[in-house]
Amino acid sequence: MRRARVTGWGRATASVATVVAPSSTEELSQIITRAAADGSHVLARGLGRAYGDAAQNAGGVVVRLSGPPVVSPVADGGLVEVSATTSIGDLIDAVLPLGWFVPVTPGTAHVSIGGALAADVHGKNHHRHGSIGSHVISVRVMDGRGDVHDLARDDPAFGAVVGGMGLAGIILSARLRLRRVDSATMTVTARRTDCLAETMHVLAEDDAAHDYTVAWLDTLAGGRRLGRGVVTSGDHTDGSAERAFPSGTERAGGSGGRSRRSVTAPPWTPVGLLNRGTLAVFNETYYRTAPAQFRTQETSIGAFFHPLDAVSGWNRLYGRRGFLQYQVAVPGDEDLVRLVTLLHARGVPGFLGVLKRFGGANGLPLSFPIPGWTLALDIPAVAAFAPALDEADELVTLAGGRTYLAKDARTRPDVLAAMYPDLPRWRALRATLDPDRVFRSDLSRRLSL
Amino acid sequence: MIDALRAVQSVLVIGAGSDIARATVRQLAAGGRLERVVLAGRPGRGRDAAQVEVGRLLGARSMANGTNGTAGSVEVVDLDITDLAHHEPSLGPVFGAGDIDVVVLAAGVLPEAPTLTDPLAAAHVMSTNAGGCVSALTVVAAAMRRQGHGSIVVLSSVAAERPRRSNYLYGASKAGLDAFSRGLAEDLRPDGVTVLTIRPGFVRSSMTAGLTPAPLAVDPADVATAIVAALPGPSRVVWVPRAMRGVMSVLRHLPAPVFRRLPL
Repeated sequence: MRRARVTGWGRATASVATVVAPSSTEELSQIITRAAADGSHVLARGLGRAYGDAAQNAGGVVVRLSGPPVVSPVADGGLVEVSATTSIGDLIDAVLPLGWFVPVTPGTAHVSIGGALAADVHGKNHHRHGSIGSHVISVRVMDGRGDVHDLARDDPAFGAVVGGMGLAGIILSARLRLRRVDSATMTVTARRTDCLAETMHVLAEDDAAHDYTVAWLDTLAGGRRLGRGVVTSGDHTDGSAERAFPSGTERAGGSGGRSRRSVTAPPWTPVGLLNRGTLAVFNETYYRTAPAQFRTQETSIGAFFHPLDAVSGWNRLYGRRGFLQYQVAVPGDEDLVRLVTLLHARGVPGFLGVLKRFGGANGLPLSFPIPGWTLALDIPAVAAFAPALDEADELVTLAGGRTYLAKDARTRPDVLAAMYPDLPRWRALRATLDPDRVFRSDLSRRLSL
Repeated sequence: MIDALRAVQSVLVIGAGSDIARATVRQLAAGGRLERVVLAGRPGRGRDAAQVEVGRLLGARSMANGTNGTAGSVEVVDLDITDLAHHEPSLGPVFGAGDIDVVVLAAGVLPEAPTLTDPLAAAHVMSTNAGGCVSALTVVAAAMRRQGHGSIVVLSSVAAERPRRSNYLYGASKAGLDAFSRGLAEDLRPDGVTVLTIRPGFVRSSMTAGLTPAPLAVDPADVATAIVAALPGPSRVVWVPRAMRGVMSVLRHLPAPVFRRLPL
């Protein structure tokens, strides 16, 4: 137990909390009841990949659940029980050699299952398979009184927890349904596009033919080149018996942390290393290295799903100032075009702009994905960009879209409420699990959740 | 909570009549997220005017945001910087009612003459600017330490750097506050709270009305701009204008026979 500075992945937000690592559920329960008694607040923190302040709890208790990954044997139909501290990467490592894969993975494998459910994460296959919440059969959670509940999908309180950003309870474990795969590699197509309209068109076309699609977008290029990019589409390689699962199958290549080939970002990087000038050069270089015509190749799961994990600590490249990620979902094609145009016109330097399409929503009140488009931009945390992002928020809100709480570090409480019309319903459900409001985060304080 | 782009949601002003504090609140409101402003100071015209202005600021902002009716709040708290016994009872509840992102300590007096032959008046300047402010800072620091986040802005002065014949009493009082502020910054480092020690030169304000502006004089808005740019941290000394830092580093080292000849 110690007071420690806790930050977001973007390192642009920080606060000090008492960090504790209970070694049993009994101890965790006591931490919660003690906090309830003395009026302090508790929040669980997983692997700290939330970009903003969702996993910070100033002046309160931050709980780090610990323990080795725990993955049950996979039952018929792909049912598996996983502890909250197991990471997406751990889970893949455990089940891939048996011919199973996670139904949904975000862009990094370093997200705990607890965190993945709390944020209701999505991946490149949302248009076909939805977000992770759709694949959760039940979740085990400790509530604001220290009691444990098993919530099935049809339990109303399920919707308070999944997507609830840790504010309705502490997730202890979950039962998920995995998907069957025939191999440990991906068959991937990559193709360059010349403008936003083409990027959107190719992405939509590829969605009809592939499980996993994503576009990297250049928001700095102007004029006709605005929104040019690289569309990458993939599927699990069709199995042929000999190739499917050689012994020692692992995610290999770019799986970060565990891979010997990963590199480390320097612990100290001068502020401003990543700025408009360097970003423009990066964007141009990346764009040029992609094939103009589509090219298909086989690639490892690690390289396809978790490319950034190859550079450990890449968030440090933004220096002391840190960065934030602006990720929103908008319903219509026109909305996306206006958003990209606005961000470009305001000179917002987006690094690694990522565009995906979303399929149907899952009905959970704080779940982020809605049908349409989602755009994610990494932006250096420079205060001068605040008005432009506020303007973008307004565009998104008026279009019926929303921002992603797992990334947010700067939106306004009234804007957030307008973006999530189900927020009152979520609050009512949260009250059934945490009537005394023991669970708080810097995010919940900032946004009046 | 202060957000990733340094927008502030709540501020406590100690010394509600201060022009610099008012200018600072004005600029913080421009971030579009200011919801709670607490004005602590002596009852009177200065505080009243500040209250009216802040109320209008928050109201106008809520209109622009389309959140009519949820404008945020302005509270006033009675506080006499020299009434030490009441600092904790007055300021404690402010933090009890909710987080404070930024505290601006702008309470202080300017002595009426370069030297005072009245020992009580002289001591009063010290006990106001140094003693009273140290007391208030102690209350604030403890509360923010518990909070685990926040920034404290302390209005010091270039006069704290080296005593001048023209204002050594003021300089002495600010020197005490300045040293305390810088030490406090170090003390609060592990607690997630930053302390900004602001050293303005001559500020054209109601406090200095009637005085001849010194070279490099600034307006309260300039000081506010420097404060807002330095928030939330890291903890440091902020000179206003920035050139003052260079000027003072020269003046600091001038031999006394030279220094005393300067028309300062």
